[in-house]
Amino acid sequence: MKKAITKAGKGLWKAFPMILGTILLISLISTLIPKSFYTKIFSNNFFFDPILGSLIGSISAGNPITSYIFGGEILNQGVSLLVVTAFLVAWVTVGLIQLPAESVILGKKFALLRNITAFILAILVAIITILIFGVF
Amino acid sequence: MNIKNKLKQISGSWYFLIIILLIYLLLFIFKQDLFSLSLNLFYDIFLKIIPVFVFVFVLMSLINYFITPKFIIKHLKEKGIKKWFFAIIGGILSSGPIYMWYPLLADLKNKGLNYGLIACFLYNRAIKIPLIPLAIIYFSWQYILVLTIVMVIISIIQGILINKLMEVKK
Repeated sequence: MKKAITKAGKGLWKAFPMILGTILLISLISTLIPKSFYTKIFSNNFFFDPILGSLIGSISAGNPITSYIFGGEILNQGVSLLVVTAFLVAWVTVGLIQLPAESVILGKKFALLRNITAFILAILVAIITILIFGVF
Repeated sequence: MNIKNKLKQISGSWYFLIIILLIYLLLFIFKQDLFSLSLNLFYDIFLKIIPVFVFVFVLMSLINYFITPKFIIKHLKEKGIKKWFFAIIGGILSSGPIYMWYPLLADLKNKGLNYGLIACFLYNRAIKIPLIPLAIIYFSWQYILVLTIVMVIISIIQGILINKLMEVKK
């Protein structure tokens, strides 16, 4: 059990600077950028907005804890849940940083196909989730 | 050990934090109003998420204790539809960095595991049980429940799709 606790502690400690830095950065950006800025970027288009969300999530990297904090805070800034969902899903399912390692170990074709389909499916997950969530 | 080697050991995320702290230092010197507003917001967010990290830590410890790579690999060797079930459960319960799993999955691939199951396993790694308390704080449990179910279903679709695209017949 001690080993499991140490591993968990190490995992959180490793993520700590990124979490702290992200919260500080979000706090600064939220103070600097007015909410109207986000409404200009995202046009409330049901198909275009999640594509943009998925694209931003795909090129972002880091611990999933950071993605929840970032996603939650931009949601508070007025970005739609549809965009945030695509962003969150792409962040954790598309791994551009790990792509070279994945290509070498599991094969280039597999790594490329997996990441491309994950990018497209992040958009689909966002649309389906919001449609179902909207019903309840 | 010289300074150069010591600097090499510092991870990129620490550099990221240092840069952000330097920006805050500059704000403190030149734009104190912006510094105060940002710091107040930081304080609010920080207070909101700190208690959740206790739950995250406990859940991470429990999963680390009960779910080992050996346990997951053993169940991924199941046959038929059970394979998909264990790929989903294994992906959800697996911990540690994703690249740690690549060699183990490559080994299983050589032993007959198809690409679709590997994709399904990797997709479900996106569902992090220890982080659910934090996600609920931001997005509500109803939303997280719907998102999790949709992601599990989509992971199977991705697995089937990858199998078709890789032309693997299992």
